Amino acid sequence: MLRRKIARHGLILVATALLGGFLSAAMVRLAPGFDTDEAALDPHLNSQSIQALRQARTEQHNIFRFYLHSLRLALHGDLGTSISLKQPVGALFQDRFPLTLRLVSLGLLMGWAAVMALVFTTALLRVTAYDLFAIFLTGLLICVPAAVLALLSVLWNIPGALAIALIIFPRDYRYARNLVNKAYSLPHIVTARAKGLSELRILFWHVVPSTGPQLLALAGVSVSLAIGAAIPVEALCGLAGIGQLAWQAALARDLPLLMNITVLVTLVTLLANSSADVIGHVWRGQQA
Amino acid sequence: MSFWRKIACGVLLLVVAVSLAANWLAPAGYAKQDREAVGEPPSHAHWLGTDEIGRDRFARVLYGTRISLFLAPAAALISTLLAALVGGLAGYLGGAWARAAMTVTDLFLSLPWLFLLITVRAILPLNVSPAFSVLVTFLILGLLGWTAAARVLCATGGSLRNSDFVRQARASGIRGTRLFWIHVLPNMKPVLYAQFWISIPAFILSEANLGILGLGVAEPLPSWGSLLKELEGLVSVGEEPWKFVPLVLLVVVVTSFQLVLSKQDEVAA
Repeated sequence: MLRRKIARHGLILVATALLGGFLSAAMVRLAPGFDTDEAALDPHLNSQSIQALRQARTEQHNIFRFYLHSLRLALHGDLGTSISLKQPVGALFQDRFPLTLRLVSLGLLMGWAAVMALVFTTALLRVTAYDLFAIFLTGLLICVPAAVLALLSVLWNIPGALAIALIIFPRDYRYARNLVNKAYSLPHIVTARAKGLSELRILFWHVVPSTGPQLLALAGVSVSLAIGAAIPVEALCGLAGIGQLAWQAALARDLPLLMNITVLVTLVTLLANSSADVIGHVWRGQQA
Repeated sequence: MSFWRKIACGVLLLVVAVSLAANWLAPAGYAKQDREAVGEPPSHAHWLGTDEIGRDRFARVLYGTRISLFLAPAAALISTLLAALVGGLAGYLGGAWARAAMTVTDLFLSLPWLFLLITVRAILPLNVSPAFSVLVTFLILGLLGWTAAARVLCATGGSLRNSDFVRQARASGIRGTRLFWIHVLPNMKPVLYAQFWISIPAFILSEANLGILGLGVAEPLPSWGSLLKELEGLVSVGEEPWKFVPLVLLVVVVTSFQLVLSKQDEVAA
């Protein structure tokens, strides 16, 4: 059963990467200005060279051929060259991915630590004023654009990872709070409370195991949120990661680079979601 | 209606009314430059000071509010209609159609929202006229923002397909598009309304993010995003507090939307 689930997720991952790659390639191919090559405007080139450049472009006219060509190169480790940065995309990824990975991981860790701390203390204390404060705080943070939080983190000299944590924290808190509140109305938990079990025991022996798989799925989804948050944080805090690379590629209309980043981000988010799903499945299996 | 919801409605109506009266309230046009007063602090002539090329900041806030506040609902309308068409129809048809539609939806949802926005924005030309940039920005929001709503509507369509009244309508000979338009779609209205209203604050925030990153509405047209870009030049928070007025306004408006929509959230879920 577990093997089948992992195989299914693997298949979805490969299919999504192929489909995402094709859609990206199609968007790049159909984007306005694809047919024009700046190099052809170079006055030093003779007519034969310009003709050769045009010929090379013509070969990329067919979307399927263009996609297959890109795919073949990618399988050999060649992800192409960035138009704006004039560097191999693979090398750019190698340079920048570790920073984004560290930033997103730390941000997720801090964000989820804050979510869990607030959710558990709210559940344990059961003080209306504290609950209202938590709702007010998260409600206020949700209303501030992610890019403004990134700018404020620069002004206040806050680390980028904390800015990511502040972006994901209010969104995840609302779902996590609802899940935990819902669990408290489950029949076995109502019975446990009626029998006089301590709040701490109810929380960690009954509520957490009931909501665990769902909270794990939520953590998987928040990876996508954190990667999205990395764009304004890296771009505005001057951190040289994949988010900043995506922003630079967008401003320079560096479409081949953007295409590769799209596939990479899709794969990372899908991998996170699939992992959360498989772990949740194992968790549920153990509970059963 | 609760006390806080009434207050929120009042705030939203006030902001809409003031932005509509921008032509009368603003001391100058949003693009008019006063070369004698460049980067001025607030004064009697310029209530919120002027920007680095001498444009009245108060006028820009008023006109920017109008753009952000009126085009976000337009984008929300597009996204809700698309969601109804794709998600609702897929749910109603069921089977392979629903699976195919949800695969495409999942593909869109697997990409972070802001990342998807900047990718698609980058594919379109960046050096376009200001009016066209407004159109492009909000069209992108509308055309890409339907996926989450489509999932909800697919589930709604699926449950309606198996409902008694649809079975009865089918048994009495009503088929295909007529059944969808006359019996299924009108019953999706509560979810559609909820999705429409929920999308508005999300699109306002997305436009602000795009504007700050330089991929939103082009100069000289103002929007909350382009106005917030000014914060980039600050050295400390207390330096020029009047530059935070667009942010305060945005937070107040989005908070008001959240308060007004607290019941709609439950319908959408």
